[in-house]
Amino acid sequence: MSTAGLDEDPRIADPDDQHPPRATVGSAHIEEEVFGKAYDPRTVRRIWAFVHPYRLRIYLSVFAVLVFTATQLAIPLIIGYAIDTGMAAGGDATDLAWAVLAFAAMVSLNFIASWVQEKQVGNVAENVLFDMRRAMFKRLQEVSLSFMDKTEVGRLMSRLQGDVNSMQEFLETSVVSIGDLVLLFGIVTVLLSLDWGLGLLTLATMPALFVVRIFWLPPAKRAFWAAHETNSATNGAMAEGINGVRTIQNLDRQKVNFHLYDDKAWGNLKTQLTGSRYAQVMVPIVDTLTGISMATVIVVGGSLVLNGGLQVGVVVAFLFYIQRFFDPIRSLTMQYSIMQRAMTSGRRITEVLDVPVTIADRPGAIALTRDMDGSVDFDDVVFGYNPKYPVLKNVSFHVNPGETVALIGPTGSGKTSAMALVHRFYDVQSGAVRVGGHDVRDVAQESLGQQVAMVLQEPFLFTGTVAENIRYNKAGATLEDVIAAATAVGAHEFITRLPDGYDTVLEQRGSNLSLGQRQLLSFARALVADAKILVLDEATANIDSYTERQIQKALETLLDGRTGLVIAHRLATIRGADRIIVLQNGELIEQGNHDQLMERKGLYARLYTMNYASFDDIPDDLINAVAAEKSGT
Amino acid sequence: MSILTAGRRRSRGDARAHVAAAHAGKGSSPLLRITFLSLRHPVQVTIAVAATMIAALLQLLIPRLLGQAIDQAENIVSVASDTAHNGLWATALTLLAVSVARGVFTLFQNYFAESVGHHVGYELRLAFYDKVQRLSYSYHDKVHSGDLITVGLLDLDGIRMFFSTGLIRVVLLTVLIGVGAWMLLSTDVLLGLLALSFVPFVAWRSSVARLGLRKIWLDLQEKLSVLTRIMEENLGGIRVVRAFSGQKHELDKFDAASAEALRLAHRRTNTRVRNTSMMTFSFFAAMGLVLWFGGNKVIAGEISVGTLASFLTFMTILQMPVRQLGLMVNSFARASTCGNRFFAFIDAPVEIEDRPGARELVITEGTLEFDGVGFTYDGASQPTLRDISFTARAGETIGIVGAPGSGKSTLAHLIPRFYDATTGSVRIDGQDVRDVTLQSLRSKVAVVQQDTFLFTTSIENNIAYGNPWAKETRIEKAAESAQLHNYIMGLPAEYDTVVGERGVSLSGGQRQRLSIARSLVLKPAVMVFDDSTAAIDAGTEHRIRSAIRRYAANRVTIIISHRLSSLLHADRILFIEDGAIIEQGTHADLLALGGRYKALHDLQTRPVEDIDALEARP
Repeated sequence: MSTAGLDEDPRIADPDDQHPPRATVGSAHIEEEVFGKAYDPRTVRRIWAFVHPYRLRIYLSVFAVLVFTATQLAIPLIIGYAIDTGMAAGGDATDLAWAVLAFAAMVSLNFIASWVQEKQVGNVAENVLFDMRRAMFKRLQEVSLSFMDKTEVGRLMSRLQGDVNSMQEFLETSVVSIGDLVLLFGIVTVLLSLDWGLGLLTLATMPALFVVRIFWLPPAKRAFWAAHETNSATNGAMAEGINGVRTIQNLDRQKVNFHLYDDKAWGNLKTQLTGSRYAQVMVPIVDTLTGISMATVIVVGGSLVLNGGLQVGVVVAFLFYIQRFFDPIRSLTMQYSIMQRAMTSGRRITEVLDVPVTIADRPGAIALTRDMDGSVDFDDVVFGYNPKYPVLKNVSFHVNPGETVALIGPTGSGKTSAMALVHRFYDVQSGAVRVGGHDVRDVAQESLGQQVAMVLQEPFLFTGTVAENIRYNKAGATLEDVIAAATAVGAHEFITRLPDGYDTVLEQRGSNLSLGQRQLLSFARALVADAKILVLDEATANIDSYTERQIQKALETLLDGRTGLVIAHRLATIRGADRIIVLQNGELIEQGNHDQLMERKGLYARLYTMNYASFDDIPDDLINAVAAEKSGT
Repeated sequence: MSILTAGRRRSRGDARAHVAAAHAGKGSSPLLRITFLSLRHPVQVTIAVAATMIAALLQLLIPRLLGQAIDQAENIVSVASDTAHNGLWATALTLLAVSVARGVFTLFQNYFAESVGHHVGYELRLAFYDKVQRLSYSYHDKVHSGDLITVGLLDLDGIRMFFSTGLIRVVLLTVLIGVGAWMLLSTDVLLGLLALSFVPFVAWRSSVARLGLRKIWLDLQEKLSVLTRIMEENLGGIRVVRAFSGQKHELDKFDAASAEALRLAHRRTNTRVRNTSMMTFSFFAAMGLVLWFGGNKVIAGEISVGTLASFLTFMTILQMPVRQLGLMVNSFARASTCGNRFFAFIDAPVEIEDRPGARELVITEGTLEFDGVGFTYDGASQPTLRDISFTARAGETIGIVGAPGSGKSTLAHLIPRFYDATTGSVRIDGQDVRDVTLQSLRSKVAVVQQDTFLFTTSIENNIAYGNPWAKETRIEKAAESAQLHNYIMGLPAEYDTVVGERGVSLSGGQRQRLSIARSLVLKPAVMVFDDSTAAIDAGTEHRIRSAIRRYAANRVTIIISHRLSSLLHADRILFIEDGAIIEQGTHADLLALGGRYKALHDLQTRPVEDIDALEARP
């Protein structure tokens, strides 16, 4: 034994040292794909499938963007024309009037086009975003539980939220980018056609911008990425501080965490500022290039005017265009990173959409109705989460309509899996599970759910009122039904003591209730569902013996007229069952009623005589010892 | 502290001072408070504002220079070509210089404006984090953690952006429009008025839009958080959803929330687009007027083409900020909405904090005393605890039993002041827990809770969470006592294995054992097990209890459990019903009493026997 027992004073370091050796807040980030492709045809096709229903509106907005761009191009030309032709000193104003009329027409077009385009693009992007989210959510309702078992909720949420949002940015900007591209080419064309030589001279600054951007882009991207990373790390630490606040206060970690968070937030500030420097350094560069172009136009254009080779209006138009020239280049380079992000997000969204639905209704699946007989059959069932290691091995049994069967066995014996199969959470590897005489694979899942009510060991409540939680998806249940169910499970009393009774809103999945109370509500919920078959994973762990008794009584009412399959832990429940099925290591080893099993002197009898109130209370090693002994004999 | 860190500290400022600043101006308008916070960075604010003004003035020079150049070009025929050329060169070079300078000052403007925003954001983050940790359980019971995250992420961002996207734009627009107006009006009153005619319209539209958008923003955020909650709960409770075939029900719930949010999102976009389009149109309309009247003036010879061109160029320069006016309006709307929510959170009263002049808790005998304690939750009509009195001495183990909702956990939560007793008092060695500092109290009271929160870090850090300075041997010792060591040694990286949301997940029983190990790393004077062994099998629990009994001599141990076998060794068992102690005594006493405890005990088919005897069997 080491000399450092738990008796000595634990504080071995200077408590004022604000940077303890092993403390962290938030998790280390997981490197994600950043510098990916900006264009991935497969992903684009998938995204397009979502845009497709709105394609007419997209075509309309692309058209509007083209019109908008054309008007943007035309306006300086009209002004130039007005100056050159309409404003001859002392002349008449007819040409000017025409020019102004043309201007008015262009401006109106510009107004309509920009309105149409922005509204359509914005709304379509929102629609697509919500559609994508719904498609993912719907898919997640259908995929097998084995997928959900493996996947963190947080990860799915980041796809449902973050990835979808970055798609919105992409969709909104991509139509605008088309406009930018057209505008860029339009300006180049107009400049060159107005005056070939002057146009080329003006555009000479363009390669310089490209060269600068080539050098600027890699470090800038790294800086932007670092800023993004530290930001999400800081936010992660904040979320952890919120979710773990009770533990943090309990263990008095506030001071340490505050300093650690301060470091994180400060580091984030630094990277944000670096990112900002990289973004802003382009401003004077672009302005300088604009200045050079304008100076060139003035000197060269002025000389051309002097030689009579150019009209003043053209010079004015040139100056107008130059001021517009760099905007599209700037937003197009920005669009590149947006596209990269969107492709990454798109891939992650399609990953969710592509999760195979392994358990689906067969075509022409039978709908189970209330008048099926309520029997349950396991016919030579083999099942494993990993096919190599089956957790149920050739299990066969029959439950008669109205019978109550207790399923017992040590942890890992396959009880919970067997229950899950009745509801077809998973599909069997071989053999068949039949409900009411029908193979569950031939039955419509929704009708199966309506006839097989389930109470899980872990109670789960939704934000909403108590009544809503008990009613859940049984829309037809009246408040009287709800109250009756609550009364039957002995929950009515504590519910009426809540501030608003049945209308009390449960915060945070019922965290304002004790675990036992939550369990009672989940019982009431199963009762309201009024199914023919009740599958119950008895939750001795969460309910104290006192409440337990109420439930024992309620169970009798509940099971009356129903087939009951109970994963039983309590001897009271077990003894009350019509039949007991003992599972061990995935095999059915014994079945019969209490007296029959006692007679057999098998595992059940051995465990029973050990005097534990609950089978769960029996230490694992003891069970193993008995089992080994039994298999030895 | 090294010189380096000292320097770093100085530039960073005092974290506590930042937090205090965020609390200043309680109750006043959020926009004022944000402005105040920005002004705490006077140098950067000054640079940003000065750079904005200079950049705006330089920008105003550009149309002047262009107009001058055009006039020079037009008159070029009438003057000597050398002079004309020199004039053009001079204008061109000035223009180039002005452009470069404008770029540089714009850089300063943007960078320092963002810097102010990021600094304010940093300070508010600290204030937010500090507040989250300070607010007592009763606050966190009422507020959904998702809503808090929204406040800390989105609302904080909305505030952070206010300086660069809101306030600085006000300066920019004021200079551009103000000085520009003066320049234009002094050149030609009529054209100047026409050129500026769109400004009042834009101002009116934007104020209307501001009100509308602000409300839509607020509603949309709310609807989006409802949607988030629905998705989170669905995914978290997927088994329940499947068990009840609730997929359709869930999709309906999702669709209803989604449709609401989408409707608002559309409304936001449409309002925004309508406003920006109308603003741009009014700008172009004004330009058309300038073109018509200005053109006529040129024809009449009243002004030069260059002057007209400079008017038009000036308007082009104004077009960008006018478009940005929409963004600025958005920024104001967002900052005030976000600010309202954020500061409402910052201003929330902290119900449990150190009393002025609170002293350190001093442990002498290690006696815990409940003296006539009553407790009523906020908004509850019935008290949860009534007149609870008992005394526990160091070395004693107190068991607490009762029906769910009888107040067992609440009782435990009063000791470390997660809640404060409504009546009566809880004392440790004669010191009322409300009179000592929270830090000293909580370092001496360890509550092992029902639900264990795992932090995404190594299992070692998780165990040492309450005392990150603990020696490794101590951590291992704690893990051994909690019967977790062997499991840990089987993990891929042993004590360095990362657990939690992004790491290895632990079973319910393992989590509870980790929670016990966490408390054992500390050296509490009072240790409370709040139904914290429910997911641990009885044999393991028994081993844990024997392991920690060795260290229990100097502390009060309180075990709240539904499992009577956990309480067998308690020196005293309190039976609680409806918030009051109705029976107390040892297991044997209570059985002999033949009251409620006995009844509860008999509810089980078989009496629970001493596990020791069973374990002793070969």
